[in-house]
Amino acid sequence: MTHVRETKAKIAELKREAPASFLRRYVFSLDHKVIGKQYLGLALVAVTVGMILSWLMRLHLGYPKLAIPGLSTLYPSGAAGGVMTPELYLSLMTMHGTIMVFFVLTTAPFAGFGNYFLPIQVGAEDMAFPRFNMMSFWVTFVAFLVLLAAFFVPEGAPLSGWTAYAPLSAVGKDAGPGQGLGQTLWGLSIAIFCIGQLLGSLNFIATTLDLRTKGMTLGRMPYSTWAWFITSVIGLIAFAVLLPACILLVLDRVAGTSFFIPAGLVISDRLQPHAGGSPLLWQHLFWFFGHPEVYIAILPGFGIVSHILAAHIRKPLLGPRVLIGCMAAIGFLSYVVWGHHMFLSGMNPFSAMLFSVPTLIITIPATIATLLWIGSLYGAKLRFTAASLFCLGFISVFVSGGISGFFLAQPSIDIYLHGTYFVVGHFHFVMGVAAMFGIFAATYFWFPKMFGRFMNETLGKWHFALTLIGVYGIFMPMHYLGLAGNVRRYSAFTDDYMQSAQPLHQFITIAALFTGAVQLLFFINLIWSRFRGPAAPDNPWEATTLEWTTTTPPPPNNFGDTHPIVYRGPDEYGVKGPNGDYLMQTDPAGA
Amino acid sequence: MGKLFALLVAVIAIVSTAFFVMHTWWMPPDVSVLGEGIDHQLLETMTASGVLFVAAQLTLAFFVWRFAGNDPARPIKSFPGGPTPMVVIATVLVGIEVVTLSLVGSKVWAGMYLTPADPASLQIDVQAEQFAYYFRYAGPDGKFGGLHPDLIDEGSSNFFGLDPANDTTARDDIVSSSLVVPVNKPVLLNMHAKDVGHSFYVPALRIQQDFVPGLVIPLHFTATTPGKYEIVCTQLCGLGHYNMRAFLEVKSQADYDQWLKDQANQ
Repeated sequence: MTHVRETKAKIAELKREAPASFLRRYVFSLDHKVIGKQYLGLALVAVTVGMILSWLMRLHLGYPKLAIPGLSTLYPSGAAGGVMTPELYLSLMTMHGTIMVFFVLTTAPFAGFGNYFLPIQVGAEDMAFPRFNMMSFWVTFVAFLVLLAAFFVPEGAPLSGWTAYAPLSAVGKDAGPGQGLGQTLWGLSIAIFCIGQLLGSLNFIATTLDLRTKGMTLGRMPYSTWAWFITSVIGLIAFAVLLPACILLVLDRVAGTSFFIPAGLVISDRLQPHAGGSPLLWQHLFWFFGHPEVYIAILPGFGIVSHILAAHIRKPLLGPRVLIGCMAAIGFLSYVVWGHHMFLSGMNPFSAMLFSVPTLIITIPATIATLLWIGSLYGAKLRFTAASLFCLGFISVFVSGGISGFFLAQPSIDIYLHGTYFVVGHFHFVMGVAAMFGIFAATYFWFPKMFGRFMNETLGKWHFALTLIGVYGIFMPMHYLGLAGNVRRYSAFTDDYMQSAQPLHQFITIAALFTGAVQLLFFINLIWSRFRGPAAPDNPWEATTLEWTTTTPPPPNNFGDTHPIVYRGPDEYGVKGPNGDYLMQTDPAGA
Repeated sequence: MGKLFALLVAVIAIVSTAFFVMHTWWMPPDVSVLGEGIDHQLLETMTASGVLFVAAQLTLAFFVWRFAGNDPARPIKSFPGGPTPMVVIATVLVGIEVVTLSLVGSKVWAGMYLTPADPASLQIDVQAEQFAYYFRYAGPDGKFGGLHPDLIDEGSSNFFGLDPANDTTARDDIVSSSLVVPVNKPVLLNMHAKDVGHSFYVPALRIQQDFVPGLVIPLHFTATTPGKYEIVCTQLCGLGHYNMRAFLEVKSQADYDQWLKDQANQ
């Protein structure tokens, strides 16, 4: 263990005082708290871009002939007169998916809040590798810039979806608009992003395993720490597969290789100079990453919700170890189910059955976790804050999104529902909205610790109620559309096809604009509270974990010159303690 | 606050479920032999998960309503029996559902994908390209001509890359932009992609299958009701993806024979 001691000594030396220079303090900071905030800032910018893209898409889908004001100025080639072309629609869709999945749902709940709170929750002074940590953020930032650059290249942004299926994504310009430099930038951006997340995952794992303070056994770690830890193990394997896959894709595009392109393709009247590749190889590599990615987005939400819920029901959650076991089981199973994205892809139909069974089995730990959350409410003294409301909302939308997974996990039903809006509704609920609710809960809950000020609770509660109504208004009707056979990734429904569903599309568009507008409440709250919110004490929620034992906001080395000593688990609510109905993890009394 | 939340969640759950129950938006009528199994499977799943959905949402709403606030007279209680009933309920209930649905569902899947097509099936070649489908019938000789990608030429309508000059079997091949089949006759499609990935989705037939460049994928079905049905592409294939459609025309055997004759004479 000498290397651990050396690492700890080096970190202590590094963290003794805050660096003097502006650059070291705010930009190229080695402090996990600053890096966490940087990740959250990046996610906030990304989610704004992603949401605006979704508005434009929804406007076009609801009202295909509507000229969107200003769009022709922004995109003279893609939206002459303000009505977007099919290729512009597809590139907005591709960028929306890519930005949301990678730069919001991965960065905010995992890299953002994880960076800020994982070291504090285990009682460490920083991450195990502060320089890798800084690099992880800046690499991710570069990846984001590279992706955005794709908007401004001559052939336009990529349009092959966030899944970038080959050979459309691999053959280059011949395949039409968006298949030029934009698609190459997409591949590069995701490859760079993978490097950032690999560094981050390594850091999370090493910090959790090696830098826990005295008394912080694995069994005493908070739910959120467990979730980030499990997520980082998933991330380490998943991004390690996507990275080479993206490199191979870029090579197919720029170096004339044929990893994903078979022989004999005639595109734009030209016989392509490729032979020997397999389009299905890309799908296997992509989904081997892609399915675990769903859990990278949602598992931190599991941890955050459990963590926050415990502090708001004022009693221990039901079955803490079972809950953590469920998260680990979901993490493990996420690696053996990727083929359920490919039931109809042309892979051997026998393997569909092989992939279907573990997919259905995932519903067992997911159901147990949900029942444990709901059962924990029984006999509780539930406190309502914006944070706890978003946790309760998380449970509701997770149930809604999870249950539709039951349909799609069965190959025989997937034959009908695959490629329809049913899938869109399903994954938006379960990995989009549920994960976002986790992010919102985390923001309302931890904002006082991060910035020393409370967010406005009234605004927060309105934000919750209106958002809940809004997201159900958007995503539940998508299931109806899917049942009616409405295909996804269409920029418009030509002639008579799906015309009967048009009123439903218009309803969804209105719901989406409404939900988007409601998010202004959150932005206003964030900015106002940052500067004008009422000052927060060290432990405003009467919670038990280590982040609430230190000052608000925490000093550069997290706990001043002391090292916290942990005497108990995080679940000591509903007991007699020195300050109320709880015992903090550092409280020795009653040990 | 607890009551408001409970009401909101309960209303959302009931309204969402009502539209499913009322079939306000629903599948088009099934016109295939194997579709019935899929519809049955979907309905079973819908019923089971609908019950779970409503039960979970309403329990959540009820508990939030019931256990809100800090009433000193109400002591903190734990769920009777602790986590064990949850684990047992979830494992047994969901487990039974998983096993049942898998067993029944795999039969449906096998009927479509693991059972070879009827040897007497009508064979049709399908070529998917950006952004159209072409269907090729063997013609009077009953033989398909060989495919030569280098000969594909949109200008002269040689969509499949046939070589009628040197290949006698290719001369009478019939190429159509609609899929015309006789009613109640097993049909075997051999699916080719010319350029990128596409898909073949006919909601009314309850079939969907990707085209994969470089592979020839078999897909079989039997249509049971004459009529005209939509074929749409569900695999993103480029800017014209939204417009990649064709029609399936199911005709009586006599009408089909007549159509084939007309095509051969063109």
